[in-house]
Amino acid sequence: MLALIPLFPFAGFLVNSTMGKRLSKSVSGGLASLVMLASFAVAAVSVWQLAGMEPAQRAVEQTLYTWIASGDFSVDVAFRLDPLSAVMLLVVTGIGSLIHIYSTAYMHDEVDSEFARYFSYLNLFAAFMLVLVLGSSFPVMFIGWEGVGLCSYLLIGFWFKKKSAADAGKKAFVVNRIGDYAFILGMLALFAQFGTLDIQAIAGRVAAMPVEAGFGILSVSTLLLFIGATGKSAQIPLYTWLPDAMEGPTPVSALIHAATMVTAGVYMIGRNAVLFSHAPETMLIVAVIGAATALMAGTIGLVQNDIKRVLAYSTVSQLGLMFLAMGVGAFGAGIFHLYTHAFFKALLFLGSGAVIHALHGEQDIRNMGGLKQYLPITYWTFVIGSLALAGFPGLAGFFSKDELLFETFAEGHTFLWVIGALTSLLTATYMGRLVFLTFWGERRHAAPAAGQAHAAHGAHDDHKHSTGGHGAPHSAHLHDAPPAMAFALIVLAIGSVLAGYIGVPHALGGHNQLATWLAPSFSAPAVAGAAEAVAEAQAGAEGAEAAGEEALELTLMAVSSGIAVAGIAIAFFIWVMRKELAAGLAASFGPLYRLLLNKYYVDELYDASVVRPLGVVSREGLWRGVDVGVIDGAVNGVGAIVDAGAATLRRLQTGSIRAYASSLFMGVVLVLGYYLWR
Amino acid sequence: MSIGHYLVLSGLLFSIGAAGVFLRRNLITLLLSVEIMLNAVNLSFVAFGRYNGDVTGQIITFFVMTVAAAEAAVGLALVIALFRHRESLNPDAFTSLKW
Repeated sequence: MLALIPLFPFAGFLVNSTMGKRLSKSVSGGLASLVMLASFAVAAVSVWQLAGMEPAQRAVEQTLYTWIASGDFSVDVAFRLDPLSAVMLLVVTGIGSLIHIYSTAYMHDEVDSEFARYFSYLNLFAAFMLVLVLGSSFPVMFIGWEGVGLCSYLLIGFWFKKKSAADAGKKAFVVNRIGDYAFILGMLALFAQFGTLDIQAIAGRVAAMPVEAGFGILSVSTLLLFIGATGKSAQIPLYTWLPDAMEGPTPVSALIHAATMVTAGVYMIGRNAVLFSHAPETMLIVAVIGAATALMAGTIGLVQNDIKRVLAYSTVSQLGLMFLAMGVGAFGAGIFHLYTHAFFKALLFLGSGAVIHALHGEQDIRNMGGLKQYLPITYWTFVIGSLALAGFPGLAGFFSKDELLFETFAEGHTFLWVIGALTSLLTATYMGRLVFLTFWGERRHAAPAAGQAHAAHGAHDDHKHSTGGHGAPHSAHLHDAPPAMAFALIVLAIGSVLAGYIGVPHALGGHNQLATWLAPSFSAPAVAGAAEAVAEAQAGAEGAEAAGEEALELTLMAVSSGIAVAGIAIAFFIWVMRKELAAGLAASFGPLYRLLLNKYYVDELYDASVVRPLGVVSREGLWRGVDVGVIDGAVNGVGAIVDAGAATLRRLQTGSIRAYASSLFMGVVLVLGYYLWR
Repeated sequence: MSIGHYLVLSGLLFSIGAAGVFLRRNLITLLLSVEIMLNAVNLSFVAFGRYNGDVTGQIITFFVMTVAAAEAAVGLALVIALFRHRESLNPDAFTSLKW
């Protein structure tokens, strides 16, 4: 049954990739959406059955076949559904389905074959992502891990005729590959230590070990796995590919580069919670890197002008917060934020897609403004998503971010909490800026001519004069999201409001069902009662400290609500009330502003320190030195020697029968003579 | 007569034939010289056969004679073809098949 979940989208991929050229758009898009919905249905039923089990026994393993069997080492292709993968499963299939539906409208201006190609990639991505989520051992997980990387590359470079898109795809692939290399090394280190690659088996063995004091094998292998996660989940130092990945179609950014694939690193750590929590050194690194990334990306997001890039840096920043939670051991909070973030970030990307769609490819927020009366559905859903992301009280992001920050504080990482809170402030500010600049105020620029937009974005030549085309003369072409897009936006907006309510903390009189649900996934499997024991121990501890903790949690909650409101207020003040202030600030903090606008020059730094030296070494050393000199030299040298030898030897071919006969005779005499007189 | 006499005669004939192949400047003479060499070998085969008291030597001689006849037929045909080509029977006239 579990195998069906990835197989449905895979079947969709097979059909769309082989027969896509002959299928009409409604067939290929409908099929792709349908297989996702089927997958979602199967996933929902599976999770429902899982929920019906005893909390301690909540796990379904399904072994398809033995993949590798060598001596006493064997890897099964096996899927595992436990509370953690159940959450991911529903996020991937649910949000994936919505984005497929949205894409049928968004990509409608592509020609049939391109349309089918798009959906075949999207389905393939979903299949690999589900393998990643369900895989019960590292190698199976790694298949999904690599597969989603491939699909990410294919989809970023979907408009491959545009050089920047093709380059961005390449960059994403290469940067991910660096992380994947570390991931493989991490797997090998674990294999060398434990002789198995089954995640549960490793967790069982690790649970029996003491928590590592120094920097031993567990720390090394978890650190290597974490480097893999920094590649996939866009953390320092390997985050640079994600903002560039915005070259892909916007639904792709929503699905892959916000909601699902980039959270794979967080998920991987969650899946190996036992392993990671036995390596405190690595955990500290994870937390620090997460906090640093969150703050850095948040500051960059504050000044970017491309609507999708702001969201991309916001994604990097939020992923940083998730890693912060993972690093301080609040695995449940990290996954909770992952889950809520999937809703509102997908919503925001799809909303930005609707804006871009309406403006025929315009992505620069300086050329937007005043869109709220033309695009009401987009506006309201976008506002909901922004408030949820900013952590406005009552919306999804509030509960998850709050739990995350509270856990960080409660674990004693006050400094990291300050960074997290600062990031929240930045988040609220840049989301406020985005909403105010995009939807409020005056229209600042006419939508460019359709032809230009075509060249820039490769889409949209049908102009539906549906809604709101009666404002300023330039705005005649503005149309709000078509039904398929509006449907996805509204569903996600509802999700962004309600998703947080499965994790209402005890302090607010909730039961934090999500944390309880996830708890067994973060404890060792070997001892059957351990999960309960841990849960009880936690419950007991919580009971003892409950009073103090709740007061603290409420205080922090008030602080972060205040922060969210303050951030929005700052944005309102700067970009609505005192518009000249933004330019003034940029001028008075010129160097800082340029530093942020140029993303701390990290791309330039990498270019100068890695890409260029590598280019020089490759060109001068490996190409002109090794390849031309040694390899070509050897091949050509052999040829030259044979050539010169042959030029000399062919002189023996005189054509004179007499010479041939005498050499034959001499040869016979010599051979015979040798045998007779030896 | 001992086997030695036959072998000496055979050796002499073979040497005469070889010398003819190397020294004469006429293709037909060359072919004749090759025949002499073959027959020198035949003589030694027969002599050995007689010496050992069996017929193998004589049998292989028949084989050699058959091959020699075939070789002569092919050889003479080639000589005629070459003569038609160059109006010459001197082997040194046919050296164009070279580097």
